Amino acid sequence: MSNATILKVEGLTVDFLSDDQPVRAVDDVSFHVSRGETLVILGESGSGKSVSTSTVMDLVDCPPGDIVAGSCLFDGVELSGLGAEARRSINGRRIAMIFQDPLAYLNPVYTVGRQIEEVYESHGAESGKGARAKTIELLRRVGIPEPQNRVDFYPHQFSGGQRQRVMIAMAIALKPDILIADEPTTALDVSVQAQILDLLRDLQRETGMALIMITHDLEVAASMADRIIVMNGGKVVETGIAREVFSNPQHPYTRRLIAALPHGNAAEAPNRRSTAIAGETLLKVEHLTKHYELASGAFSSKRTFKAVDDISFEVRRGETLGIVGESGSGKSSVARMLLGLNAPSAGKAVFAGENIFDMNGKRLMAFRRKVQMVFQDPYGSMNPRMRVYSIISEPWVIHRDILPKDRWKARVAELLELVGLLPEHAERYPHQFSGGQRQRIAIARALASEPELIVCDEAVSALDVSIQAQVIDLLADLRTRLGLSYIFITHDLPIVRHFADRIMVMKDGRIVEEGQTAALFGAPRHDYTQSLLQAVPQPKWLTQAQ
Amino acid sequence: MTIITPDIKPAAVPGSGRVLFAYLKRDRLALAAAIFLAIVVIAAVLGPWLVGDAASRLGLRQRNLAPFSLASGWIYVLGADTLGRPILARLIVGAQNTFGIAAAAVFASMLVGGTLGLIAGYSERWYSHLILRLADVVMSFPSLLLALIVLYTLGPSITNLVIVLAVTRMPIYLRTARAEVLELRERMFVSAARAMGAKPARIIIRHIAPLVLPTLVTISAIDFATVILSESALSFLGLGIQPPDFTWGAMVANGRGYLATAWWIAFWPGLAIMLTTLSLNILSNWARTLADPQQRWRLQTLRKAAR
Amino acid sequence: MISYLGRRASHSILSVIGLLTLVFFLTRLTGDPSALYLPLDSTAEARAAFARLNGLDQPIHWQFLGYLRDLLQLDFGESLRQNRSAMQVALEAFPETLKLAVVAITLSTALAILVGSLAAARPGSIFDRIASLVSLVGASAPDFWVAIVGILIFAVGLGLLPTSGTGSWAHWIMPTFVLMLRPFGLLVQVVRGTMLSALASPYIKTARAKGLPRQKIIFGHALRNSLLPVVTVAGDLATSLVNGAVVVESIFGWPGIGKLMIDSIIQRDFAVVQSTILVTATAIFILNIAIDLLYAVLDPRIRY
Repeated sequence: MSNATILKVEGLTVDFLSDDQPVRAVDDVSFHVSRGETLVILGESGSGKSVSTSTVMDLVDCPPGDIVAGSCLFDGVELSGLGAEARRSINGRRIAMIFQDPLAYLNPVYTVGRQIEEVYESHGAESGKGARAKTIELLRRVGIPEPQNRVDFYPHQFSGGQRQRVMIAMAIALKPDILIADEPTTALDVSVQAQILDLLRDLQRETGMALIMITHDLEVAASMADRIIVMNGGKVVETGIAREVFSNPQHPYTRRLIAALPHGNAAEAPNRRSTAIAGETLLKVEHLTKHYELASGAFSSKRTFKAVDDISFEVRRGETLGIVGESGSGKSSVARMLLGLNAPSAGKAVFAGENIFDMNGKRLMAFRRKVQMVFQDPYGSMNPRMRVYSIISEPWVIHRDILPKDRWKARVAELLELVGLLPEHAERYPHQFSGGQRQRIAIARALASEPELIVCDEAVSALDVSIQAQVIDLLADLRTRLGLSYIFITHDLPIVRHFADRIMVMKDGRIVEEGQTAALFGAPRHDYTQSLLQAVPQPKWLTQAQ
Repeated sequence: MTIITPDIKPAAVPGSGRVLFAYLKRDRLALAAAIFLAIVVIAAVLGPWLVGDAASRLGLRQRNLAPFSLASGWIYVLGADTLGRPILARLIVGAQNTFGIAAAAVFASMLVGGTLGLIAGYSERWYSHLILRLADVVMSFPSLLLALIVLYTLGPSITNLVIVLAVTRMPIYLRTARAEVLELRERMFVSAARAMGAKPARIIIRHIAPLVLPTLVTISAIDFATVILSESALSFLGLGIQPPDFTWGAMVANGRGYLATAWWIAFWPGLAIMLTTLSLNILSNWARTLADPQQRWRLQTLRKAAR
Repeated sequence: MISYLGRRASHSILSVIGLLTLVFFLTRLTGDPSALYLPLDSTAEARAAFARLNGLDQPIHWQFLGYLRDLLQLDFGESLRQNRSAMQVALEAFPETLKLAVVAITLSTALAILVGSLAAARPGSIFDRIASLVSLVGASAPDFWVAIVGILIFAVGLGLLPTSGTGSWAHWIMPTFVLMLRPFGLLVQVVRGTMLSALASPYIKTARAKGLPRQKIIFGHALRNSLLPVVTVAGDLATSLVNGAVVVESIFGWPGIGKLMIDSIIQRDFAVVQSTILVTATAIFILNIAIDLLYAVLDPRIRY
């Protein structure tokens, strides 16, 4: 294969300049890719994986970027220090790139057709009617329905998955030798992710292009990679044939990553209890419904959108209920209603014998003590101007009767230790912590009012895989120690597999399937649950063998 | 359970005085602006005490004295007006009124506009709509015309001048504060506080106001320049400050009739206005670059790695 | 779209009515206008007759109701000073201001877009530094002072331009320049700022990855997106151009609406003050709608 090498990067080192010492984003990175091959660059956020490929495309602004050393040899041409015109003849024509967030990466004020035609025109390949015809053909190829109409739509009129298809169409317009895909499916639901990955594989087979795929997602990596390089802290820590790296990781970092992988059939479930929970009913939700009136157009009458459509379920004391669904399934609306942040359109939720939607005044305050939440975004869920001490002690300011003020300091220290932090962290601000640590602080805050039920809304989704596992372990540990119940809401089915006692799958505001975790994973009854499970990417070496 | 020590970076956040000064030294224009403003502020505070007598002393021999002559003493270096009063002394004394009126107006409009904006942003009751409509009325009409009408009817006094300037600038603070609240109120930490049972007053004061304030203060720096310009235009048109009090704008108005014979009477105070507003604008531009993470590197000395 | 226009119009009409009410009561509080128009030694009977003739002897709320009734009949009252329809006086002055304002805002916007985008294309260059400084000076200079310094140099000193009045093209130069100064200065900064952030945005990365030529990236993609905030600011500046017009017209003796306003306030000519307000407010209302429509044309995401 090495004789067909199309891109060879060697000793690439990139700094970002600042007042202090320059920050080394990429440190002596080397890789190569051949025609028809898929190279995956795997790494967590800040590992330098995106910077190294952006350098290949000359997309890093210098300054503040600074390419210290290294060479990028593309088909016999040295790319670093290339003149503007020579660079233009490569970008878009011979090497193309797609990005993570297509809504931001497409120009909002031009139609998608015009943005694709631009590729043909600026490289002198086609113009006018010819470019338009080719564009429509291209949109059909990447799976946009009714391409002859949709070609005149603007980016905001497409769904997330379709926008990524448009980006792909734009990138493959001139049949490039290399396609660089920078986290192309990260913002998408699993089922859409599977379709996009299939499309990329098909296109690669058709054109024989090399694919460089950047991802933080181990499963996506395994399902796409022929070869893989693992990056950490700007350095390549491991490189090799994908199957070998996954089955026999050498570097400690890679081992840690793969150990944290919550998916796959082989993984066991250390945090799940095998017996069903038989405690008393803590929360009983009946016929919960949330409608939104949609703003109407000039000719249509008012439409109602059913975010949550008549759902009923219950949570027992000490139990963990997982609610799984893709975006728009209504799972977060359920959480917001249970926390009293949004009012329901209809239905009851009985907590400890009383309907929470009828409560007010003192009763409501008492209820708020008993139910707490942990939100998705560990950056946004804490006031950036407050110290950790004030954040954790806020429930005691609001509920005066929980704890006398002279005990606060000691209790904050206790709570910090309980979630695996140090007492002296109380004096710091949230921005001084990493994402996983912030989520620990959020958990400490939730525990401060001595709750019985904690609602976790995508509580680990924003974290890197290795951190996800640590936070889940913490939640499981607190469950046994404090006898807590959880409602754990997530889009990521495999994550709850090791944690939830019971799982409820939601789609379009309804519950499509509900059952004990093991049963649901072992024999999913509903089509949608089956498709969710199948959408989890399978390693390439397994699918090829079939 | 594993205990993880946080990877705490040294405080590289611009904010402490020494760091700010280091950034200021890199941009010579901003440094000059800061020095000029410091001098003018010191003059405005201490000036009347030092040269207050000289500013009102009539000098028959110095009537319409031309500038750049030290024959009558350094205080006459910028010349004298038609009554023989030294212009430099009057500039220094006038600075106090000019700055005082502008500061009072900016502070009042920031306080009232900001408070109304917090309310209009957080609540969806009828008074929020009323507040917004009133802001629209003020915004939709040229501020100088509004000020002219009100000042002429209420009579030009310093208090009325401050009120009118504050009212015409208030919508800026109101709308900015409201826009920020609309965004902040959807943030997770506000939802968290609400789910904890916090009352609206606590959420606004403890969680939202501290995050809105920095934006309002930034706007007030630019607004200070605008208010100085508005006040001097009103005083120039004769509807601002009235004798014996005077500001730089009123000094330009006094000199307007003597353009052909004694240009310096109108020239110097106008130049003082321009240099002050220019300095404020330069400084706020610099602050905006500093606050933007994507542009901040332009103010840094970039050290490359050895190779 | 229609409902949007309706909502917008009803808001504007409410604003104008509120403003006219405010002005009506404020002007009535300033003093007795008959004192300005009759000889000092005129008898009390003559004053009373004058007041009766102009309805000034009625209680103030009756005067206001009468004023509203007249408004509905499109009767805007008589100018006390000129003895003819106040609206006619205002409508005669309005085109003079409009001409000046249109020339000033068009020239300054066009110039600012050119200078601002060239400055943003090469941040930190000599051109960028000079453009930034010039625009800051433009935004900071008091217009009345620039006007009289201009008269001092070009009219009194060099004798090149007329000091005031209208007539030849030379009369246009100084008023236009002074009026352009502030909008130009502010707009250059807005264009430069939005261009810089547009150039750092993700879709510019896409354009670079596509291999587009540099001019196309700067003018085709970045500038096209930057136009949205520029239109907003230019619209606000067009409104506040009336502020500049008051100063500039009164210094250069330009017979526009700003000069008329100041003169009428000083002469206590109520009807004319109110008519000028009505004319200005209507013009601003039409301008705001035009800007909203332009915005919808420029940004496909906006639908009313």
